[in-house]
Amino acid sequence: MALVQIAAAGPVIPNYAAQSSSCEVHNRFFCGEWVSRNWGPVLWPALREHVLLAVVAVAIGFAISMVLALAAHRYAWLERPTILVTTILYTIPALALFELLAAPVGLNVYSAEIALVSYTLLILVRNILAGLRAVPAEVLDAAEGAGMSRRQTLVRVELPLALPAIIAGLRIAIVTIIALATIVYVVYDRGLGVPIHTALGEGPFKTELIVAGGLAIGLALVADGLLVLVQRLLTPWTRARAG
Amino acid sequence: MNTADTAHSEGPSAFAQAAELELRSVSKRYAGQRVPAIADLSFTVPAGEVCVLVGPSGSGKTTAMRLINRMIPISDGDILLGGRSVLEREPRELRREIGYVIQQIGLFPHLTVGENIATVPRLLGWPKQRIAARVHELLELIGLDAPDMEGRYPAQLSGGQRQRVGVARALAADPPLMLMDEPFGAIDPINRARLQDEFLRLQAQVRKTVVFVTHDIDEAIKMGDRIAILAEGGVLAQYDTPREILTHPANEFVAQFVGADRGLKRLALTTLAELKLVEPNGLRPDLSADGPRRVKLETSVRDALSLMLSAGGEPLTVVDDGGRVEGLLTMKVVENLLSDEAAATSPSAAQATSPRLA
Amino acid sequence: MHEFIEAFRFIAHNGAVSGYPELPSLTHLALETLKVGAIGVAISVVLAVPLGVWLGHLHRGSFIAINVGNIGRALPSLVVLAIGDAFLGLGLTVVEVALVILAVPPIVTNAYLAVDGVDRDLVDAAKGMGMSELEILTRVELPLAVPLLFAGIRTAALFVISTTTIAALAGFSGSLGDVIANETSYHFSGVLGAAICVAVLALAVDGALTLVQRTITPRGLREVKLEQSPALAAEAAAT
Repeated sequence: MALVQIAAAGPVIPNYAAQSSSCEVHNRFFCGEWVSRNWGPVLWPALREHVLLAVVAVAIGFAISMVLALAAHRYAWLERPTILVTTILYTIPALALFELLAAPVGLNVYSAEIALVSYTLLILVRNILAGLRAVPAEVLDAAEGAGMSRRQTLVRVELPLALPAIIAGLRIAIVTIIALATIVYVVYDRGLGVPIHTALGEGPFKTELIVAGGLAIGLALVADGLLVLVQRLLTPWTRARAG
Repeated sequence: MNTADTAHSEGPSAFAQAAELELRSVSKRYAGQRVPAIADLSFTVPAGEVCVLVGPSGSGKTTAMRLINRMIPISDGDILLGGRSVLEREPRELRREIGYVIQQIGLFPHLTVGENIATVPRLLGWPKQRIAARVHELLELIGLDAPDMEGRYPAQLSGGQRQRVGVARALAADPPLMLMDEPFGAIDPINRARLQDEFLRLQAQVRKTVVFVTHDIDEAIKMGDRIAILAEGGVLAQYDTPREILTHPANEFVAQFVGADRGLKRLALTTLAELKLVEPNGLRPDLSADGPRRVKLETSVRDALSLMLSAGGEPLTVVDDGGRVEGLLTMKVVENLLSDEAAATSPSAAQATSPRLA
Repeated sequence: MHEFIEAFRFIAHNGAVSGYPELPSLTHLALETLKVGAIGVAISVVLAVPLGVWLGHLHRGSFIAINVGNIGRALPSLVVLAIGDAFLGLGLTVVEVALVILAVPPIVTNAYLAVDGVDRDLVDAAKGMGMSELEILTRVELPLAVPLLFAGIRTAALFVISTTTIAALAGFSGSLGDVIANETSYHFSGVLGAAICVAVLALAVDGALTLVQRTITPRGLREVKLEQSPALAAEAAAT
């Protein structure tokens, strides 16, 4: 299904007969010329789409997870079922989940995003809960004794102190989703999976594989690094040590 | 009186009125337990005084304290702060008017020293300048006014510094009442003595009504204007000044709790400054700068007696802060003190001189 | 929803498609998936557990142990398989190598965190009792490390099953992924049916591993709640 739609997008596959360098014809390791020729039409859009897919998925997943985690934090009996459901979603292999969603939802962005969001839930819910629970009991006692309401304690004390764990969860989530999004093309032809798939179809064509794959990996590492920086900015107290 | 915003509206310097605290037949029963944790506890702490709740573990002293700011719900009876029942108040509002210091301190790790201290003023919605001024004032009060202190995080402070910040945080909104639960319990003995002295110095300035919980009878004697000795089940065994308790323990339990050395403990309540010392002429004074037989005026009689015993009973030279000789302390002086006290605390004299307490 | 009914029919017929009698049955493909996966997990466990446990016991190499987990997570299965295909051709060996590359990181990271995270006071007490290094490892550290360690193995098993099915996209035949990648032959109902089977298979494997974990976990540790165990909090972080 995906193959048909790709072919319609334009001549991505190098035509060995005409206007290809010898590098491409011999399918060498890396052909700079092919990359510069196809950056604009193929690689850059795929990268952009990939970023969008991943960021939207993690953002929505974070919002849902925060609601679930705060509910489970407040009402302890909710924890078990929440973890159970999110674990099941996480356990279903990506390929299967995409197809299972495609049946009711269709071959579109929604199937892709619903699946990707499902994978973030377990990671984020667990980390948010762990972070909230790691707040020392005496700090909570002091907050209550100072006259803070439940909500004030949550917003001013518990959530800030849970930030390191929350950001750790976001790091894992974004890296996982960026990697998973390479499979999205089976139901929605966007993202870096598209050029990888085409490259597999013809050859396999090494340059395209390496570049698209490298972009996916690089993207994940950059996202991870950015979140580390964010954490340093938002939690200055974690680096303070007895002076 | 506007109780929602305890300190005066103009500037932070004037301290608010401390309030009287009264416990009326307070009980606390936990579900499923035969014996109540606290049974029919009643006493009054006059405004501006330190009342120490002391007793063995299981005596309910921490429970009693936490009933006052409603961290634990009261089963029976009432507690009045400044004449108003705490049960009528909204708990959070009530707590913003009560300073709360706990043993593990509980400083917010993610906030700086300044932000920690500013906690309750911020909850009360004070304007920024007022909060900043108050924080500076308190840092000076607790002796942590080094320029970079305000911006430090709790992880960067020593245990003693953290405890002081905890006390400052409790004082920030100028509450009429302070609750302190074994505040110096987690500190080593040397620093604990220093912190106790500092707190007494502070209290002399701010004169808050304080309920102070401890299991250490010596700390109770040192810190309290009044001591409430609680037995198991929150039963009030005796509620009196330290001197009264040490001189006339109400029953066997109290006598055992204060210890068989209560006679010596009583001597800790008097300093040399209150005694009539012997003139130095005729006897050889120790004029060396740091001699073993030199003591300061503010030393307690107990510590001085201990020194005298170590010196083989030789007289001690008593000096003031500047090093000037005030007189000599001999065994005779101590004997005179003891006989004076015996006369003053005989049952007939007791009726006439010591006020009966609630 | 009629596609789901068709899908279940497909499953009921064990994957038989009219007109293509030589296509392998679902049971065969499922077993193949398990076989390929099991080999991958086994090799990974043999390689990664000793390494992680050893580093954790010595409390060294935390940077490597934790970051290998991060990097492993960043490797898309498809990319690893595709590169294997492009440079070496996709046979069983190459697929197994890819599986190992993807499964080792979570196991190493979790093994490291699990053993490193054992309360130092306990290790100290054991040393004081006269236990040798080996005894400390086997009698104190490993039993306490079981929950977190197994979490890593479960995660790795998931990656492995997932990657095995994805291998079909890269051209490897011998798993349930074949059906999913081959819609022309199997039609969407077949794809859906195979997807359901993959999901069930993965859940069953995870369930089985969880049971094994419960059995091996020392009784005293079984009811530890999240807030009481920093190890479990680390597990949350190391998924």
